[in-house]
Amino acid sequence: MNHQLPPFSWTNALWHAGFLLAFAALMAWAWHGARLDPLLLLTNAGNSYEFAQGFLKPNFHDWRAYVDEIAVTLHMALWGTVLAVVGAVPLGLLAAANIAPWWVRQPARRLLDALRAINEMVFALFFMVAVGLGPFAGTLALFVHTTGILGKLFSEVVESIDQRPVEGIRATGANRLEEIVYGVIPQVLPMWISYALYRFESNVRSASVVGMVGAGGIGYFLNESVRSYDYGATAVIMGLIVITVVAIDVVSAQVRKATL
Amino acid sequence: MPPGHFFHPTGRMRVRQEAAMDIAVDGLCKTFRSGSRLCCALHQIDLRIRAGEMVALLGSSGSGKSTLMRHLNGLALGDCGSVRIGGLDVQHRGRIHGDVRRVRAQVGMIFQQFNLVGRLSVATNVLAGMLHRLPLWRSLTMRFTRAERLAALDALDRVGLVEQAWQRASTLSGGQQQRAAIARTLVQKARLILGDEPIASLDPESAKRVMDDLAAINREDGTTVVVSLHQVDFALAYCPRTVALRAGRVVFDGPSIEITPEILREVYGGDAASQQRAVGSSRIVRPAHSPPAAAVAAV
Ligand SMILES: Nc1ncnc2c1ncn2[C@@H]1O[C@H](COP(=O)(O)OP(=O)(O)OP(=O)(O)O)[C@@H](O)[C@H]1O
Ligand SMILES: [Mg+2]
Repeated sequence: MNHQLPPFSWTNALWHAGFLLAFAALMAWAWHGARLDPLLLLTNAGNSYEFAQGFLKPNFHDWRAYVDEIAVTLHMALWGTVLAVVGAVPLGLLAAANIAPWWVRQPARRLLDALRAINEMVFALFFMVAVGLGPFAGTLALFVHTTGILGKLFSEVVESIDQRPVEGIRATGANRLEEIVYGVIPQVLPMWISYALYRFESNVRSASVVGMVGAGGIGYFLNESVRSYDYGATAVIMGLIVITVVAIDVVSAQVRKATL
Repeated sequence: MPPGHFFHPTGRMRVRQEAAMDIAVDGLCKTFRSGSRLCCALHQIDLRIRAGEMVALLGSSGSGKSTLMRHLNGLALGDCGSVRIGGLDVQHRGRIHGDVRRVRAQVGMIFQQFNLVGRLSVATNVLAGMLHRLPLWRSLTMRFTRAERLAALDALDRVGLVEQAWQRASTLSGGQQQRAAIARTLVQKARLILGDEPIASLDPESAKRVMDDLAAINREDGTTVVVSLHQVDFALAYCPRTVALRAGRVVFDGPSIEITPEILREVYGGDAASQQRAVGSSRIVRPAHSPPAAAVAAV
């Protein structure tokens, strides 16, 4: 058998070169937009040095308050994620091509897009108007934004399932809901849990940010310490956040293993 | 097909199945479109199957056996023609009947593979057969009564799988999965069983076991059984009647014992020689307790 390689094609080569050029041009344009200026890191090295100094002299003075706020941050992330899962399960199913007809799927997808398009910080500002300062506003913001993210991820998992077990259930005369409960959910559950755990971890991080605009959580202290040049306190807070996230990762890895 | 061509094994079974689960397929056709290529999978199929029959569906790979099966319970929709089961519409001119679930509830399907939900227990998979008669709040919360769970175990016992009842379906071997699917049709109280190559990819011993189970259900419960098969000798041994497809057309429909090498050549094309050998050398011997239905039917 004589195999033949495709001949060298100038058109292909030009396409590749053109693509690379276009990409380089885009990055150059974005450089200006993002005001990238690496020299600033050198000329302002003194500021960075001062900041780094804080990490060598951590300020543990208010650690009890920090731990309390970390707990609040966790509570916000927990409720935000659980509520989001409750919303994302039906929306994710309705947005899946193998479950819902297009006239249900399209509105569901656009709604999820909208929830995802707007950052949780923006939602936090909005909910602070609605329910006032504090963790409740932050929790609602996390809930709404995470619903958009989990809904999309959930629906993608649903679309990747093996259709044959579902047909097996359908062939017994089961209705649509029973097909979903017996044929779809068992297949998608491990991935759904995995995504929900990951989003919980992300939400702990996000919850520490929404606090900066006054929507509760450790973010408030983080913001305050940086503004008052108390870099020692900043170091302690950041350390606490890292420890929390690592702990969540360890625990969720165990949960994930148990659900496979 | 002339209307007088109906074929039924014994009068006794016709009496037992009064609200008959007769299958009536009229002018069913189906064309698949993949890109610009058209593929006529079913071509004007007319078929009558009487309640209580055990029918083999033969045909080479791609002849349309699975496609026909999936049209019978409305998992697939034809382009024209109609399917009626037990006097109820399944589909008509490419439209599914709104009440198709009532028909499906009485039709058990055994798929060639992967028909079970791997992450559910074998017992739950079997219990899924009774979803159609459970109140919604119980089916959606998977709350089965003690009696229902015992019924599932009974069905599993009948196919020799009680031991495996509580393990995940994905841990079963291929033959065990087929038997679990049969148990599901038992729990479903299906009066018609559609088996799509239920013994493909099984070793001869398991294949015989599965066919024995189906034959027993057909004999003892009067359940209509339609099985697509690749092994002609199994069709001869177990099914009084054979329907053979070639390229989406029925090319033979009659008593299995009337199948001749010429007919096999027509069904399988040039491949007939190997089929002949399969028939000649290794006849499947049915167990002694079941009378050779083909012989009964021929009288
Ligand atoms: N979803 C589909 N899309 C396109 N073509 C299809 C589809 N399903 C079946 N076909 C085509 O229809 C024809 C009949 O297929 P079918 O699966 O019914 O054959 P079969 O007799 O069951 O074969 P086998 O013995 O290999 O299972 C084949 O040519 C197949 O390629
Ligand atoms: Mg097939």
